[in-house]
Amino acid sequence: MQTFDLGAESLRALNSSLHALKGQTNMTEWEVINPKGAHAIAAGVDAPVDITVRGSTGYYCAGMNKQATIRIKGSAGPGVAENMMSGTVIIDGDASQYAGATGRGGLLVIKGNASSRCGISMKGIDIVVHGNIGHMSCFMAQSGNVLVLGNAGEALGDSLYEARIFVRGSVKSLGADCIEKEMRDEHFLIVEDLLRRGEAEGKAKPEEFRRYGSARKLYTFNIDNASSY
Amino acid sequence: MSDFPRTPPRYSATFTPAVNAEIRRAAATGIYDIRGGGTKRHLPHFDDLLFLGASISRYPLEGYREKCATDVWLGTRHAKNPIHLDIPITIAGMSFGALSGPAKEALGRGATAAGTSTTTGDGGMTEEERGHSKTLVYQYLPSRYGMNPDDLRRADAIEIVVGQGAKPGGGGMLLGQKISDRVANMRNLPKGIDQRSACRHPDWTGPDDLEIKILELREITNWEKPIYVKVGGARPYYDTALAVKAGADVVVLDGMQGGTAATQDVFIEHVGMPILACIPQAVKALQDLGMHRRVQLIVSGGIRSGADVAKAMALGADAVSIGTAALIALGDNDPRWEEEYQKLGTTADAYDDWHEGKDPAGITTQDPELSKRFDPVLGGRRLKNYLKVMTLEAQTIARACGKNHLHNLEPEDLCSLTIEAAAMAGVPLAGTNWIPGKNGGF
Repeated sequence: MQTFDLGAESLRALNSSLHALKGQTNMTEWEVINPKGAHAIAAGVDAPVDITVRGSTGYYCAGMNKQATIRIKGSAGPGVAENMMSGTVIIDGDASQYAGATGRGGLLVIKGNASSRCGISMKGIDIVVHGNIGHMSCFMAQSGNVLVLGNAGEALGDSLYEARIFVRGSVKSLGADCIEKEMRDEHFLIVEDLLRRGEAEGKAKPEEFRRYGSARKLYTFNIDNASSY
Repeated sequence: MSDFPRTPPRYSATFTPAVNAEIRRAAATGIYDIRGGGTKRHLPHFDDLLFLGASISRYPLEGYREKCATDVWLGTRHAKNPIHLDIPITIAGMSFGALSGPAKEALGRGATAAGTSTTTGDGGMTEEERGHSKTLVYQYLPSRYGMNPDDLRRADAIEIVVGQGAKPGGGGMLLGQKISDRVANMRNLPKGIDQRSACRHPDWTGPDDLEIKILELREITNWEKPIYVKVGGARPYYDTALAVKAGADVVVLDGMQGGTAATQDVFIEHVGMPILACIPQAVKALQDLGMHRRVQLIVSGGIRSGADVAKAMALGADAVSIGTAALIALGDNDPRWEEEYQKLGTTADAYDDWHEGKDPAGITTQDPELSKRFDPVLGGRRLKNYLKVMTLEAQTIARACGKNHLHNLEPEDLCSLTIEAAAMAGVPLAGTNWIPGKNGGF
């Protein structure tokens, strides 16, 4: 395992080393110690490697990740895994605002709670939150899945496009154009798969979740809907 | 009937026929007017400024003989690979989606042939554009449509768009009729639905966050790319200062005349400031921070000729950017399509419903039949010619002012025809040494 001490070396040196891991490499196990809330840790990685960050991270950890599995053994600051393309990011603690924002692929697992705007403008990422998610989560979410084992805050899924939201607990309120939808067979399979991949097997059952999606009434601008905007 | 003369009909200066027509249109439809084309009202502009050519107190350079350089470096503050352009006139961001693929190709061809850069737009980077642009600026927008690290790395610079002149504080909407399969796929949304472009970034707010966002983008691209921050002209002193504080290499400032983007007419005409009023404030902010020329300033909004380029640079800009003028150079609003403009209820040189995708010139459309009308090779050649003419015009003026580089133009080379423009530009009213507002004015 390669160990990188952010207390002794710079963020630039860390990310340069990680970016150099192109194509085939046998340096597949990395450990980052002393992160101390630094920003942009392991941003822009594009290799099938396993990176463990031992501590909490600042903004944009694992931003635009491709292929890598990144584990945060602490909590994550705003915008963790923003615009992730592929790979997996697993956070043992809580995540701040905008977790998984605009993510286009891959899997983001938050074992604690996620703050507001989780999954904002997401474009294909899957997000599993073991705890609760904050207000305005999934705002303008375009595609992908969000699975919440706890509760959701206000205005869930406001101005939602085609993303699917599954919530096990309560939803404080739904945003504009977001409605509850029927759980059909394919949705139970999606939830089952997300529970398994999101390291939440045994914590909940697919039949305990309710599904929320777009009513698709705001897809085309209509003056009669002006009060909804 | 009396034989006394009658009072002739008199139109109101407040309720003009145009105002009344808009009231009737609003009453009939219940919805505001949406259009492109930037503000159409009269504004203080570069036309209100004149150059003071050299005579006895200064001597000119010989046209066609003595050198007047035009090149510009952009992104020298932090980027490992700053951009070097032959001319200080760049092509502004316009999206694939708003424009056809061949139109984006033509912008790349023309800009490259003229030695300058072009810019992506909302909707991501297309192969047509990357392939034909030697220097391509990749916009990082609130919608993040098509955003990915590979395109970030194959861009030559990154432009974080906070706002634009047509609508500072506003987002956008690409109407469903322009959402073809390809556009829908690039944006990860269903075909045919209206697509919102958000007015705020999804994962940062304010200058402190912006600083961290810039750090992230630099880390992802190994600190190689210049990072621009684009703002709409509203509070240029503070926005420029905050962009510099956040770590920008280049500030792009777009006045309210900027206008390929479609939005509400009321927004276009009533929000923001003319570029003439914006430049001196932005330059002052850079000077106050000791960053003038170290952080470069690109200005846009109503740039049409080499005279406009020279005036913007004399006020302190490092380069300018064109959008509407580039589309017109490609062939948009050309009288050759007058019959079709008439069918759309408009006329050549007044067509501004680019968002509807029915552009007779085949430039601002995704309609395959209309797009076929546009030849990207010819369009690129026309754009190159236009850029060359603008450059020659700016050089002509600079030589007349005794300058051997466009960057040596200065406010002292200018005077103003109006009090308003004198106050905004900070140059004297013609024939006087009076700069309204300076030395304790209003």
